[in-house]
Amino acid sequence: CTSTAMTEREERRFAEVPRESIKLMAESSGVELSEEVAALLAEDVCYRLREATQNSSQFMRHAKRRKLSVEDLNRALRWSNTETICGYGAQDALPFRPLKEGELFFVEDREINLVELALATNIPKGCAETMVRVHVSYLDGKGNLEPQGTVPTAVQSLSEDLLKYYQQITRAILGEDPHLMKVALLDLQSNSKIAALLPYFVYVISGVKSVSHDLDQLNRLLHMVKSLVQNPYLYLGSYVRSLVSSVMYCILEPLAASINPLNDHWTLRDYAALLLSHIFWTHGDLVSGLYHQILLSLQKVLSDPVRPLCSHYGAVVGLHALGWKAVERVLYPHLPAYWANLQAVLDDYSVSNAQVKADGHKVYGAILVAVERLLKMKALSLTLAAEGSGAGLPGTTTGAVSFRENSPGLSPPPEPLSEPPLGIASHLQAGGAGCPWEEWTPVSLPAMYCELYSFFGDSLAVRFSTGLPLGGVPPPGPCQPLEGRKEPASSAPNLENTRKMPQLTASMNISPRQDGSPRMEPQPPSLAATVPGRSLARSSSSSVSRSRSSSSRPGRSTSQSRDIFPKARFPLPQAGPPAFSFIIGGRQMGRRCQGRRFQTSFSPTPPLTTHPPRAYAHKLPVIGRVSKPVRRWTCSHYSLHLPL
Amino acid sequence: ARHNSYRGKKMAAVQDAPMELDAEKETKPEILSDGTSNLSGNTASGTLSSPPLTAGGAPKQEDQQTLIAVLQFLRRNKLTESVEILRREACLEDQEDSQTLDGSGGGKGDGDGGDANSLLSRVSIASAAAPQSTLTPIPVKSEYDQPDVSVVLSAYSQQGDPSLYQVYYSSLKNFIESVLDCHRAELSQLFYPLFVHMYLELVYNNHENKAKAFFEKFSGDQECYYQDDLRILCGLTKKEHLKGNEALLDFRTSRFVLRISRDSYQLLKRHLQERHNNQIWNIIQEHLYIDIFDGMPRSKSQIDSMSGSFAGETRREVNKAKVFYGLLKEPEIEVPLDDEDDEAENEEGKPKKKKTKKDSMGSKSKKQDPNAPQQNRIPLPELKDSDKLDKIMYMKESTKRIRLGPENLPSICFYSFLNAYQGLTAVDFTDDSSLLAGGFADSTVRVWSATPKKLRKVKSAAELNLIDKESDDVLERIMDEKTASESKNLYGHSGPVYGVSFSPDRNYLLSSSEDGTVRLWSLQTFTCLVGYKGHNYPVWDTHFSPFGYYFVSGGHDRVARLWATDHYQPLRIFAGHLADVTCTRFHPNSNYVVTGSTDRTIRLWDVLNGNCVRFFTGHKGPIHSLAFSPNGKFLASGSTDGRVLLWDIGHGLMIGELKGHTDTIYALKFSRDGEILASGSMDNTVRLWDSMKAFDDMETDDFTAATGHIHLPDNSQELLLGMYHSKSTPVTHLHFTRRNLLLAAGAYNSQ
Repeated sequence: CTSTAMTEREERRFAEVPRESIKLMAESSGVELSEEVAALLAEDVCYRLREATQNSSQFMRHAKRRKLSVEDLNRALRWSNTETICGYGAQDALPFRPLKEGELFFVEDREINLVELALATNIPKGCAETMVRVHVSYLDGKGNLEPQGTVPTAVQSLSEDLLKYYQQITRAILGEDPHLMKVALLDLQSNSKIAALLPYFVYVISGVKSVSHDLDQLNRLLHMVKSLVQNPYLYLGSYVRSLVSSVMYCILEPLAASINPLNDHWTLRDYAALLLSHIFWTHGDLVSGLYHQILLSLQKVLSDPVRPLCSHYGAVVGLHALGWKAVERVLYPHLPAYWANLQAVLDDYSVSNAQVKADGHKVYGAILVAVERLLKMKALSLTLAAEGSGAGLPGTTTGAVSFRENSPGLSPPPEPLSEPPLGIASHLQAGGAGCPWEEWTPVSLPAMYCELYSFFGDSLAVRFSTGLPLGGVPPPGPCQPLEGRKEPASSAPNLENTRKMPQLTASMNISPRQDGSPRMEPQPPSLAATVPGRSLARSSSSSVSRSRSSSSRPGRSTSQSRDIFPKARFPLPQAGPPAFSFIIGGRQMGRRCQGRRFQTSFSPTPPLTTHPPRAYAHKLPVIGRVSKPVRRWTCSHYSLHLPL
Repeated sequence: ARHNSYRGKKMAAVQDAPMELDAEKETKPEILSDGTSNLSGNTASGTLSSPPLTAGGAPKQEDQQTLIAVLQFLRRNKLTESVEILRREACLEDQEDSQTLDGSGGGKGDGDGGDANSLLSRVSIASAAAPQSTLTPIPVKSEYDQPDVSVVLSAYSQQGDPSLYQVYYSSLKNFIESVLDCHRAELSQLFYPLFVHMYLELVYNNHENKAKAFFEKFSGDQECYYQDDLRILCGLTKKEHLKGNEALLDFRTSRFVLRISRDSYQLLKRHLQERHNNQIWNIIQEHLYIDIFDGMPRSKSQIDSMSGSFAGETRREVNKAKVFYGLLKEPEIEVPLDDEDDEAENEEGKPKKKKTKKDSMGSKSKKQDPNAPQQNRIPLPELKDSDKLDKIMYMKESTKRIRLGPENLPSICFYSFLNAYQGLTAVDFTDDSSLLAGGFADSTVRVWSATPKKLRKVKSAAELNLIDKESDDVLERIMDEKTASESKNLYGHSGPVYGVSFSPDRNYLLSSSEDGTVRLWSLQTFTCLVGYKGHNYPVWDTHFSPFGYYFVSGGHDRVARLWATDHYQPLRIFAGHLADVTCTRFHPNSNYVVTGSTDRTIRLWDVLNGNCVRFFTGHKGPIHSLAFSPNGKFLASGSTDGRVLLWDIGHGLMIGELKGHTDTIYALKFSRDGEILASGSMDNTVRLWDSMKAFDDMETDDFTAATGHIHLPDNSQELLLGMYHSKSTPVTHLHFTRRNLLLAAGAYNSQ
């Protein structure tokens, strides 16, 4: 790089390049100049520089800038047929440094390791798209920006623009106008320059505790969380913890709003639970031990009988949203203890208990949904584990894909089978001493099924499905879980239990007749259990047994589970008799052969008008929104799914 | 007799109308008698450089000599055809021959044809605009950019004693400082041009040190608004530098214009004659044009308000030409009132209202404005059906317009360009505010839809074949729904885009760029249709005519060009500015074009004949924004000095000065009814001014109109209705919607 020295002159009218510099530059390129020539050249160089600067200022003015850029100078040079100067286009300031020995000034010219640059893995983000935003700045010539809300004092130290942004956004989100709120949320989700405001937004969100009486506000705050979480430019860092605690509040606390049974705080809890899982899956790595903590607190709520049922509900949906492993580790072990309490509530028919009982059904439904998926996912994972050893990765993906495709009605976003991710799993295992899951050992699937069946009875059996497509011939894929399920089975056969072994896959859907969804012959759900039962009875020698850990439970609970659904306790969700399809599949075991796979799918027959709907309606495990008319068959049996 | 063009230097067109020479003669006998000797001594070399309107005493003779010089030039460049035409038309045969024989001065010199050619190539003037042009092309007789450098500079060759320059200048200074106050202000105007010329003369004659000393000593005396020029001057110390500096060449070639009262002038003349201060007297004679008027000398403030330009003040006669500033008659369009409206009126039980409304509109359009040009003065495109529909829309909208005033200020919507790292350089809105275009320093043009309606391209030719062309919604069917998006990028320029302008029918967009081209884009296909090449240097601005079809562009080559969209060559070249043409605007009646320049002057050009009909001085910095009032009567201009000046086009007078902005004004716009002027600046503010009051306060008495001696009240504070800050966003563009909502646009600047 060139060095330019400037000497003080008495009659200096402007910066000049002294002849010494010219001589130096000439020498550096191997030319010897006489004093005279150097002086003349110096003067000319000086003039040309000034000329170029003057010309370049025009480009600056027309570019409507205040700052002269290197580009401007280059344009001026180009138009005067001079070579442009390269390498100074960077936005950063170029430090102009003096050298102590010999009045030398130079621009620092650092060497750049091109290899390092080329192989760098942190690829810079592309800059955001140019866009136009419009806002009414002044109404009728007057500013309309008078402060309307209060601002945390700390915010006042922010720049004026950010402050205004903060005010506007919070006002819009918490305000009345739903359209404004949408716009504000969208902006919050995409704005790249609000990092400085993050603490304040988090602070606002922590205000959930003060508005627990207002479902609407809670909802808005949750939406705010969602926008912040989804903003790709924000690094949430340790604020994740704060956000999680706000969301957990909405899930678990007996909100003031839930006193009034008309308030649909259930939806809020569902939404918050989904949000929690979203935060966890996207930002869980930011705070170590977060998963552990969340599970702990959920467990605490669940195991606290003093808590109201809505809190329990929250804990269940929270676990459900966190994935089937969470359900397996927290909910499942707690179920026997919890069941007694729930049963007591459900069995109390007194008028004063009506509300509590309704809440109890909510919890019941939530648990059912959770354990159902637990079974499903566990089965799937076992299959894949078995397959995976042979087929490797492709098998896993196809399995996952087929699972996704086959379960259109499942509420949470399809989750990876390998959940939870390794990192989380490891710290889960490394959790504090005395944790319940320290000594936790996985329960085998059949045992789990047995136990759950003892609680839920046929409602579980009916709902438990590996998610066959709801019509036509079942593809071979979904059958594989059945095989897989039996493989790990071993040890002592138990005839009493084998009768209820999950040798079937039933996929039921309630559907109004008009909607054209495939229908199958309505069968009493009990059939589902009896058919495989019979087949299994024949092949009892191999069979499956429950695991040791759960061996003591079923006996106690089977008797209870029978009374859970007195007849016609649930009104029918829709007028017409629902149709449901189911498919029975499994493997018949013989003495000589390994077994024969069987599958029976009941083809649709003319509607069974003679059959009174009430005859089987009471068996339908429709717990959730019984009061709401079911419109779409895909979401008809339960609806936890609120699209994020 | 045909005079050669208005500005001989860069002849763009030959004008037909002779100037009013009589008036000139009345006021100028003095200088003529004094100057004859000089003139005659100078003819061979100096005629080219003398501006044509000096025509003064012997216009015939001087013109002839100019023509002869032109002929010589043409011959040297082997433009035989043009020579023939010119000779025929000017009846020059005889004199010309005799003159050329002794052509020792300007004709030859060291006039290198190459140099002239290269200059020529910069400003190539369409020798004959395409004949099918709807605007009858004016036969341009000569292609001429500039006289040879040597010719220009040779005028400096006369030697005085360089060491005495300081003495000359200071003696004049002493004299001027000693005269009566009333004369001092007027005579002080001499300082700057004399200073520059003397300095240049010293430089030209290689008295470098003397020049420096001279500059040191007297540069401090000059008016502050000449700072920019002085800065250029002070770097210039070599004869060689002089050659390349076009701005100073122009300074030399154009006479600096001063307006001095007769009394003051007599005083000056007497003084110079007594002292035999010939050096100064010569400069005054050769390089200055002193416009003498009878009556009271002007005050300092009066002088200051008009001076500041690169070439002195306006000569009064320049602004005497008649300007048809009135609006064209609106075409009569039946306004079908909506059924809705009908119902509403019926409900109100006022069916008569409809009738009156219709009448008022009709009568308005039927009345012919006495100041309006003939409807067909320049050919305008026929109205298409879609244009009529748009007019109807416009009328409907205008009935809902908010009446603005000092008590009723407009609401302001700000369109902020975010993430405009590429540097936003220009913005334009369509008249109906539905589209928004931005020009960027990265050579792109981006178009946004300002309404929820997305931008769609027309389908490809193959797909278009499949469309049922008879269907009613064929216009909807030709659009490709797949291409719908909020914005579209237009790529094609190879340099920053400095100007964008929508066509009034919203089908086209113009953009002008540093790459020397103006491009026409289709807003149906979002592709470039034409690249208009001609400027060869950065094109700073472009603007569509309010009737479409024509557009004007101006650039670094110091000319503005008038184009028609279907011609690849310009129809007119408006030459006369001494520096870059920075902004261009069409008059609402499309008959005139106004240009602002870095030489700190504004010129109004007649589209019909290419003449400069108004020349406004008074700005102290380059002009970056211009706006006509909706009635076509007034013009507002904003410059880097942060001042807005208001001009009366009919009288050719400055009528107001709006001070307040602290930085360059890049945007000016009158409200739809003209009551409010909005100005937007780099200082991140929008200011609203009471333009009605400013126009009403104007003195329109005959004396002011005749002499042009305006006296501006300093009432900026009273006229300022409001100042509105943006969020660190310089205001690049302003636009009033049809209902008088003010839209402002600019790029958010995060620093």
